[in-house]
Amino acid sequence: MILTIARREITSMFISPLAWVILTVIQAILGRMFLAQIENFFMLQPQLIELENAPGVTDIIVAPIFSLAAIILLMIMPLLTMRTLAEEKKNKTINLLFSAPISITQLVLGKYLGLLFFVLILSSMLMLMPLSLLPGTSLDIGKLFSIYLGMILLLGSFAAIGLYLSSLTDSQTIAAVSTFGALLMLWIIEWNTDQTLFHYLSLLAHHQPLLEGVFSSVDISYFLLIIFLFCGLTIRQLDGDRLQH
Amino acid sequence: MEAPSNDNNLLVQVEKLSRRYGDTLAVNQVSFKLKKGEVLGFLGPNGAGKSTSMQMITGNLAPTTGQITINGFDMIDQPIQAKSCIGYLPENPPVYRELTVDEYLTYCARLHRVPSSQLLTALDDAKQHCGLEQVGKRLIGNLSKGFQQRVGIAQAIIHQPPLVILDEPTVGLDPIQVREIRKLIQSLGQDRSVILSTHILPEVQATCDRVQIIRRGELIYHASIDELNQRGQGNNLTVAFNSPPELKELESISGVSFINKIDSHRFHIQFDQQSFAEKLVQQAVTNNWGLFELIPQNSSLEEIFVELTTSEDSPQETDSATLEVSAA
Repeated sequence: MILTIARREITSMFISPLAWVILTVIQAILGRMFLAQIENFFMLQPQLIELENAPGVTDIIVAPIFSLAAIILLMIMPLLTMRTLAEEKKNKTINLLFSAPISITQLVLGKYLGLLFFVLILSSMLMLMPLSLLPGTSLDIGKLFSIYLGMILLLGSFAAIGLYLSSLTDSQTIAAVSTFGALLMLWIIEWNTDQTLFHYLSLLAHHQPLLEGVFSSVDISYFLLIIFLFCGLTIRQLDGDRLQH
Repeated sequence: MEAPSNDNNLLVQVEKLSRRYGDTLAVNQVSFKLKKGEVLGFLGPNGAGKSTSMQMITGNLAPTTGQITINGFDMIDQPIQAKSCIGYLPENPPVYRELTVDEYLTYCARLHRVPSSQLLTALDDAKQHCGLEQVGKRLIGNLSKGFQQRVGIAQAIIHQPPLVILDEPTVGLDPIQVREIRKLIQSLGQDRSVILSTHILPEVQATCDRVQIIRRGELIYHASIDELNQRGQGNNLTVAFNSPPELKELESISGVSFINKIDSHRFHIQFDQQSFAEKLVQQAVTNNWGLFELIPQNSSLEEIFVELTTSEDSPQETDSATLEVSAA
């Protein structure tokens, strides 16, 4: 049942040009960035040789790209998550789901899984770029995996937050703007402050270690908590929708 | 008050259903029952609480108070089992405009747990039932309103539910489409129960076994369609004479309760005796009044509806049916 909804979610994403456009734009921008980083690496190479314990290809080329990808996707994910529930509410197709013999939990998990599938496609496509260097050089596969995982967890958190904000309204624009605002807030919250709490809340602060190949269970738990929290809130919200209109 | 279907024929049992939106009471203490194979018309003016009731029965909206039992399953305690017995067409057909009819119906069938092996048969059956064979490959968004409505109905019957609930299924359709949809509803009524909400009276007359009128959230009338038709049947006559008698002479005929002179030849007579028309004709012949017109006037269903839904004094109808409703 969850899979039926997830499948439907993916179909509707790829039936409209939106998903394709997003994939294309991101791939194009990051592709350009990738080439620039390679150039950069060649220029730095003479100096790197003299350094002890010099950063490798993975650090100089791959990490900055995925760091940039995180920022770009922070702006783009809201466009993808905005329609998930807001559109169903607007078109009253949500009634179809409410009258079907499925629980709200299944409905929300199905929707989330659909988004997660898109996140997987996107992250995997981005991953192909560094992997294309494999024939020519040696890569730190462990670090690459950590970066890949970090990307999925980060985007998965974006998706959960977006899904929740989309359940609050029947206007896609409002869903997109509020999601963008929330994500941005969770990024800049750590700027120029010594409050550990704020550092603790920041999405990107937990993403950074994974980019550096530091696989800490605190960061992983943070992302998983965000995902569970917002999926749970979405379930609550939809349940509440039936109580008060 | 668990009644584990000791009455096997009972499909829907609604008890003291109420729904509040802020301060407004949209539905107030509505109770009714529906047996298997019955077609129930839910009639009321716009804003009377029809859609709210439908939404609660289908589990789209939680009732403020009250209990809904579908096929023995409580809508609040066992929503999944209860919902699987229902096919629901809301006011706006819940269709995805970007899907084709086939894709959409397949999705609906999966949502309703139709096993994969029966998916194709279910799809064909539903399409055939609703006359959608020709448009299976077309995008729903490009179909006319009538066809979208049919897709909506197909969605409600694809999993062969014992209960089909249709909320104003003929709104916005042209007369031919309306007739087709009514035919479809009639054919649905042959092997399953249907609850049809509408504010269009001929629709109820054409399709329903039972009628239930709701006004300002309260059930005010509840009867079989025959009773309703009988209720409208005449104790009213319009008569015309070539040489009309004095008003007094007419009034003296036993059984007359009210006479209204329409013009110099015509009278409108209300009476309360079955054999009145016969007596009137005899009198007219013996006295040579020159009777040339005698028209029994059935007050139409429409008049009853208007009378019931606009009368100011609250539901004082002492029909046995109404009593049964409030006692249920």
